[in-house]
Amino acid sequence: MPYSELLVRPMREELSSAGVKELRTPEEVDAFMNEKSGTAMLVVNSVCGCAAGMARPGVRLALDGDRRPDRVASVFAGQDLEATARARSYIPDIPPSSPSVAFFKDGELVYFLPRHRIEGRDAHSVARDLTQVFAEHCAVPAT
Amino acid sequence: MGTFHQNKGELHGITVIVDTTGPEIVVGRCDDMDERGIFLHEADVHRDGEGGRSKEEYVRRVAQLGFWKKHDHLMIPREKIVSVRRLGDV
Repeated sequence: MPYSELLVRPMREELSSAGVKELRTPEEVDAFMNEKSGTAMLVVNSVCGCAAGMARPGVRLALDGDRRPDRVASVFAGQDLEATARARSYIPDIPPSSPSVAFFKDGELVYFLPRHRIEGRDAHSVARDLTQVFAEHCAVPAT
Repeated sequence: MGTFHQNKGELHGITVIVDTTGPEIVVGRCDDMDERGIFLHEADVHRDGEGGRSKEEYVRRVAQLGFWKKHDHLMIPREKIVSVRRLGDV
């Protein structure tokens, strides 16, 4: 059962205020995923503070770096059920995990950060993993 | 944003691997661990040799991408537990 939207709103805003587009419907997920060119990161947001409490600030820190994906979006597991299910349908071989982060290049999944790789770590450690992925796959920004 | 879960042990919310005295090895999200045993959410159970994989081969596989849950909740009695470790440490 989803939590109260009042409770969840700050968790949504923690990502959206960093430029992460929130996908609330299956149609929005399709539109995001069907854009295949370039790099895209999809964050599966979650209420549980045990891991999501580090995932969100980790994503924010990573997005502050020199390189970042062309497009960044999120779905909220346990809240926006249909959107999350649709997002997971694009990575059918990956067991459901929340929070988690999927990274795509030209429409192909090239990296996945599951919940168990977030648990017990701090935001800087999570950001470091993501920054390495950005360095490998994202273009250097034009000056 | 902090956690909603209080008064739980240090493994609360952590995905753990529980090896047992039998052929089963279990992976799941720890709710709590006390004198009775360990309580897991969203757990999977693998039997040694199932699908041609030993316990350790199974652990290495789930450590990469995760696992498909077979049980919403599972309790493993303390006397059956050989070890408990974090999946993220594998």
